[in-house]
Amino acid sequence: MRTIWYEETLIAMIRIEIDGQAVDVERDTTILQAARQLAIDIPALCHHAAVKPYSACRICTVEVIRRGRSQLTASCSYPIREEIQVLTNSERVIHARRVLMELLLAQCPESKDIRDLAHRLGVENTRFRTRGEGSNCILCGLCVRVCRDVIGVSAISFVNRGWKREVKTPFDAPSEVCIACRACAHVCPTGAIQAEDISGNRMLSFWQTSRELQACASCGRPFAPGAEVQHLTRGRDDLRESLGICPQCRRTETGGRLERWTTSAQSRAIKDHGTP
Amino acid sequence: MESEELQGIIDHYAGEKGALISVLQDLQGVCNYLPEPALRQVSDALHVPLSQVYSVASFYNAFSLKPRGRHHICVCLGTACHVRGAPRVLQEMERQLGIRAGDTTEDMNFTLESVNCVGACALGPVVVADGGYSGQMTARKVSPLLKTLGTSHEENQNDS
Ligand code: SF4
Ligand code: FES
Ligand code: FES
Repeated sequence: MRTIWYEETLIAMIRIEIDGQAVDVERDTTILQAARQLAIDIPALCHHAAVKPYSACRICTVEVIRRGRSQLTASCSYPIREEIQVLTNSERVIHARRVLMELLLAQCPESKDIRDLAHRLGVENTRFRTRGEGSNCILCGLCVRVCRDVIGVSAISFVNRGWKREVKTPFDAPSEVCIACRACAHVCPTGAIQAEDISGNRMLSFWQTSRELQACASCGRPFAPGAEVQHLTRGRDDLRESLGICPQCRRTETGGRLERWTTSAQSRAIKDHGTP
Repeated sequence: MESEELQGIIDHYAGEKGALISVLQDLQGVCNYLPEPALRQVSDALHVPLSQVYSVASFYNAFSLKPRGRHHICVCLGTACHVRGAPRVLQEMERQLGIRAGDTTEDMNFTLESVNCVGACALGPVVVADGGYSGQMTARKVSPLLKTLGTSHEENQNDS
């Protein structure tokens, strides 16, 4: 292995090649990260920078040539540890990705996001039997991981096994712990989870759960689930005031404070020097 | 099950890594299924989110979220058993018990389930009834098997 030592940082860099372009990366950088450094686009569905790789969708498959041998692998979880050559667009990769895409298309033919990605990969139809009515979930697990590892609530999980596997709340009942922060809806790659604010409540119908929205302490408009505000301000009295008002009012208030500050600074300057 | 009894099981494994599965196994052994209030208690006591407990409880075939009957019959539908006629054995079971695989008879006497390979392929078709293995099963052997299970149950009842 050729290792380049960068004196200032003393970090061992590994030189790899992606689609013919060389790049030096730190050990354990994933292929997906390295490719993004080069602005090489690799499709990815179950990957999100906020959580650890999980490699469920395999759509990020690339061809890795290591010591003269080639293999197909998921780029989002492949840690770079030695000199390798990566092909993100070889015939093998394209073929594998298209088959995967057909499978995903069969699983949720109604998801616009999935159909758009399929179209991008040149897949319009699927040879596999499509799942009828049902959710658009592809079981990527992003919602479960974000809720557990980033939000720290663990309101949802995978349930059952095999072809019955689903993401659900415990006992398939409205969640008792969900704070309706909608982080799950935000990361879901297929739009299976939707959050709606209606008449003072935030509804997450996918989880059969709703939470009351709290009124802004300043303008009185309902703006965020009380449960979420409470969760964010747990043990943080310093945040309670600023998170109790809606983003709009917060902006107005910050603007006002800034204005007061500049005018007082100006008047001080006039006092000291006679001119502003 | 009383919550104190469950607390006893929990205390027994307290502090152990992977205590969750051991606790659920014992709970399943005592109750024949995993009742919701018990799962909630386990979640609280072990500080494992309820979603995680439910995930594990619904994953393994050894656990059941619905009450199981006094007798538990498992018909193997794995590849080896399948090609040797397991579907016919299952069909006959369903016919005689009047339930579908996955269900329990109304009198709570029998629960019928199917699995995919119990690791005794050479004996296939295999039926596991109350932990006992019956190999080379045929549709004709279903009725005698059910009868033995039935009588052993009656004996148990007379004993007690
Ligand atoms: S609901 Fe969305 S985020 Fe959750 S597992 Fe399914 S596809 Fe992934
Ligand atoms: S993004 Fe790599 S497997 Fe899903
Ligand atoms: S297939 Fe039935 S025991 Fe293996």
